[in-house]
Amino acid sequence: MARIAIVKRHIVQLLAALLYNLNLPGFATGQIYDGPSKAICAPGLNCYSCPGAVLACPIGSLSASLNDLDRKLPFYLVGTLLAFGALFGRTICGWACPFGMIQDLLDRIPLPKLGKNKITRRLTGLKYLMLIVLVILVPLGFWLLTDVAYPAFCGWICPAGTLEAGIPLTLANQSLHMFLGPLFSWKIALLIAFIIACLFIYRPFCRFICPLGALLSFFNRFSLLGYRVDRSRCTNCGDCVENCKMDVHEVSDRECIQCGKCAMQCPSAAIRFCVAGRPVTEAQPRETDGGSKAPL
Amino acid sequence: MISPKTGDRKRGHSLILPLGLLVLAVVFIVAGVMQGDALAVLRKAVLICYECIGIG
Repeated sequence: MARIAIVKRHIVQLLAALLYNLNLPGFATGQIYDGPSKAICAPGLNCYSCPGAVLACPIGSLSASLNDLDRKLPFYLVGTLLAFGALFGRTICGWACPFGMIQDLLDRIPLPKLGKNKITRRLTGLKYLMLIVLVILVPLGFWLLTDVAYPAFCGWICPAGTLEAGIPLTLANQSLHMFLGPLFSWKIALLIAFIIACLFIYRPFCRFICPLGALLSFFNRFSLLGYRVDRSRCTNCGDCVENCKMDVHEVSDRECIQCGKCAMQCPSAAIRFCVAGRPVTEAQPRETDGGSKAPL
Repeated sequence: MISPKTGDRKRGHSLILPLGLLVLAVVFIVAGVMQGDALAVLRKAVLICYECIGIG
């Protein structure tokens, strides 16, 4: 049963990645899609310069929107991110982020894993710094000094951009090769470091770096979709937190990516996926002990 | 949160915030579209972002 649920989530992740990247011929031609759907942001982190991308990247668009700050506030981007947060919270991270899917798949490679601890919990704060400093403040500083809001997170850090856009575009376009320099080498090195980290640490990019995850985390406790705990059933056994690979303190807190692993582990079937507060999945106690744990 | 002890009233309370934010989001999106933000996103997204691929 648990295996089926995990496979289901991977299928949804794959479908989301495909949906964001429907322009498959772009990978062969090295041309990016320029249709009207690119006015809409994808809910997950997906570089809009990926040859397959048919939607815009919310983080890249947010940084770019600062270019027009002297004329208007970025209502469209703020509204879009508010909508994603209020509707899904970090369910997006667990179910609809292509880069999250890649990290999940890398984690399945059987190697020794570094579990969560006090240090990893502290490192989760880094992603808020990324959001404030590299997505907002640095582009804003560039804009004030040069009139162009340089998307610092995309330019200096984002491994999703390197993997989804940088590598496919430079492979398909000989003309881009003459522009490759130290920055590209830095981003390739960073991507390799992330891939290696993913082999030993569960979702390091989501946990420590992703500014979109940081933004969505503010909505995670009350978003319309997400796993919720039925307090009348909960025995406070702590299995949910103990078995979670993310740095959570409780179900649906800011670090929870709503993957649902806790619901599979819960011996009293107290955790269920809810839409607008109403459970939409059946209560299924853990198969191993029949869910017969007595309330405290 | 599901809370059979307090029933739908608590559920209703927990919906006020996300639904309120959703309404605000729709207002922002409409305002943004009217001032041309969606077009600005499109203009940026249809060109190769050299920064994103590491050569800008």
